Amino acid sequence: MVIVAMIASAGKEAMMSEKKFMKGNEAIAEAAIRAGLNFYAGYPITPATEILEYFAVHLPAKGGVFIQAASEIEAINMVYGAAAGGARAMTSSSSPGMSLKMECISYIALAELPCVIVDIMRGGPGLGDIQPAQSDYFQIVKGGGHGDYRLIVFAPSTVQEAYDLTFESYSLADRWRIPVVILGDGALGQVKEGIELREKSSVLIEKPWALSGAKGRKSNRIVPFNLEPLELEKMNLALQEKYRAIEKSEVCFEEVNINFETELIIVAYGTCGRIAKSVIKMAAENGLHIGLIRPITLWPFPCDEIRYWACNFPNKKFLVVEMSAGQMIEDVRLAVGDDKKISFYGKMGGVVPTPEEILEEIERRVLC
Amino acid sequence: MLKEEKILSRPEILTGKFSFCAGCHHGTINKLIAEAIESLDLREKIIAVIGVGCCATMYGFWDVDIINAPHGRAQAVATGLKRVHPDKIIFTYQGDGDLAGIGMHEAIHTANRGENITTFFVNNGIYGMTGGQRAPTTLPGAKTSTTLSGSEGAPIKMCELLETLSAPAYIHRVALFSPAEIIRARKAIEKALYAQMNNKGFSFIEFLSNCPTNWKMTPLESLEYVKKMTEYFPLKVFREPQ
Repeated sequence: MVIVAMIASAGKEAMMSEKKFMKGNEAIAEAAIRAGLNFYAGYPITPATEILEYFAVHLPAKGGVFIQAASEIEAINMVYGAAAGGARAMTSSSSPGMSLKMECISYIALAELPCVIVDIMRGGPGLGDIQPAQSDYFQIVKGGGHGDYRLIVFAPSTVQEAYDLTFESYSLADRWRIPVVILGDGALGQVKEGIELREKSSVLIEKPWALSGAKGRKSNRIVPFNLEPLELEKMNLALQEKYRAIEKSEVCFEEVNINFETELIIVAYGTCGRIAKSVIKMAAENGLHIGLIRPITLWPFPCDEIRYWACNFPNKKFLVVEMSAGQMIEDVRLAVGDDKKISFYGKMGGVVPTPEEILEEIERRVLC
Repeated sequence: MLKEEKILSRPEILTGKFSFCAGCHHGTINKLIAEAIESLDLREKIIAVIGVGCCATMYGFWDVDIINAPHGRAQAVATGLKRVHPDKIIFTYQGDGDLAGIGMHEAIHTANRGENITTFFVNNGIYGMTGGQRAPTTLPGAKTSTTLSGSEGAPIKMCELLETLSAPAYIHRVALFSPAEIIRARKAIEKALYAQMNNKGFSFIEFLSNCPTNWKMTPLESLEYVKKMTEYFPLKVFREPQ
C-alpha cells in the first residue's frame, strides 16, 4: 500500500502520542478540541449525536464554548457569528440536518470565513433512516446551497484518519478562509477503533478581518452580498480564483496496488474505500489484479490522477463503488472521459456493500 | 456678544448617506442608536448584526464592526459573536418580517436563553424591501400587495409574547411619531445597551415604525397611522432591567 499524497499542510511531527479506543464521532470531537476549538454549536441527530455529547462534556473544560442550539439552522448561524469573531468554530450534523444548514453555508462561503462542519451521512432522501450512506455527495461536494461556491471536503475512511483530517482541517480552513467539511457516514461515526491521538501543533494565524469591536483600527465589515451586479461579479471572480488555487495545492488521495498489471481500478471513498481494500486482497487470492484510488479530498477531486491512468493505460477499467445511486461517478466520468470503461456498484437506503458481493460483481460482470 | 456653541451634531459613526426612503423611521432609529452608542462611549466595543430587509444596507454608512446575517438569523449570529467576545456589545437590527416572520424561532430561543445581547426590532407592519407585502404584524384590514382586500388574522405582538418568558431582562415598545416619543425611544436604546454592559441579559426594544412608500401615504399621514397602531400595540415597558 502506497500513500502517494499526504496533506500538504501537515503540522509539526508527532511530539508524543497517546492511544485510545474511540468512536469515529468521539475522535472527530477530540481532534477539534486539540486543534484549539473555541466554539461549538450543534443539535442532536443520529448517527452524529456523540459529537455533540462529547463537546458538552469536554469542550467547556478546555475553555471553549458549547451551545446546544434549538435547531440545525440556529447552530450553523451561531458558527457563522463565532467564525466572524475570529474563533475556531464547528458544527456537526447528519444528512437531513445538513439540508437545513445549506443557506447559511452559502453565506459563510461568500463571507470567506473559516469553520469546520461535520456531516455523518445517513440514508435518504426524506427522513430516510439512520444507517450509513454516501448520498450527500452532490449536496456537499457540488454545492447544496445557492450560488457558485466550493467547500473543501475531506472523506476519512478510518477513525484514525477522521482524527487526523479533523485536526488538519482547521489549518486549511484558516489559511484559505473557507469552510471545511468532514464527510463521514454512520459506519465511521459509530465504529470504535484504537487510535493514536497525535499531539501536533496546530498553526494559529492572525485574523485581521475578524469582528472584535473597532478598537484602534478601521471597522471590519462582513457583508456577503452586493446589490451591484458588477461588484458581486468581482466577489465571485475572487472566490473562483481562490478555488483554482486550492485545486492546485490541496488534492489528497490514496492509491493501493496500482501498477502496469492492474486490470481494474476501484474508485471509492470513505467506508466504501475501506471495503475496497478487502476486495483487493480477496481478488489477489483469485489471481485478479485490482487497485484502488481513494479520494481523501472529494473537493478538490483527484481528477488529474484518475485521468493519468485512464489516458496512459487504455486497457484499465474502472469500477466506482458508492453507498448511493451513483453520485461521485459523475466526477470519475469527467476524469476518465470514456463511459464504456466505467462500471458502477452501489447500495442505497443505509445498506453497506460487502466485499464478497463487490468481488462477485467484478468477476461476473466487470472483468468478464 | 452672542456666543455660538455647537450642542448637537450627526454621530461620527454614521459616515455615509442613508439608503432609506424619505420620511422613513429607519433613518431616525439609526441616528438614535448611533447617538446612544456615542454617548455611552461604545464605538470601539460595538458589533452590529444586521437582518435582511431595508436595513441590510446599513454596512454602507455605519463605521463600526458589522455583519449581515441570513434572513431571520441575526440573533443566532449575534449569539456566536457574543459568546466568543463576551466583553463586546452586540446588537441585532431587524424588521418585522425578519424577526417575527422567518426569524420567529431565533426570536423566542435567543430571548429564552437570556442571551446577553440587544435586539432592536423595527415593526412597520409590512415587508418594505420587497415592495409591501403582508407581514406577521400587519394590522387587520390593511391593504398590502398580498392582501388586496384587507389583511385578515391577528398581528403578532412580540413584546407580549416575549413577556411570557422568564429570561429576558428588558422589554420595551416605543414609537417615533412625536418628539416626546423619540426622546423616550432614545432613552430606551441607552437603557438596553447599558443593561447589556452590566450583563443583565437579553434586552429587546420594539420600535413602532412607518413605511410611507409601501403604505402609500405621505410621511405625515404615516405618523397618524403609527398612532393607530398603538391601539393594538400599546407603548409600554413590559419588563424593567433589575
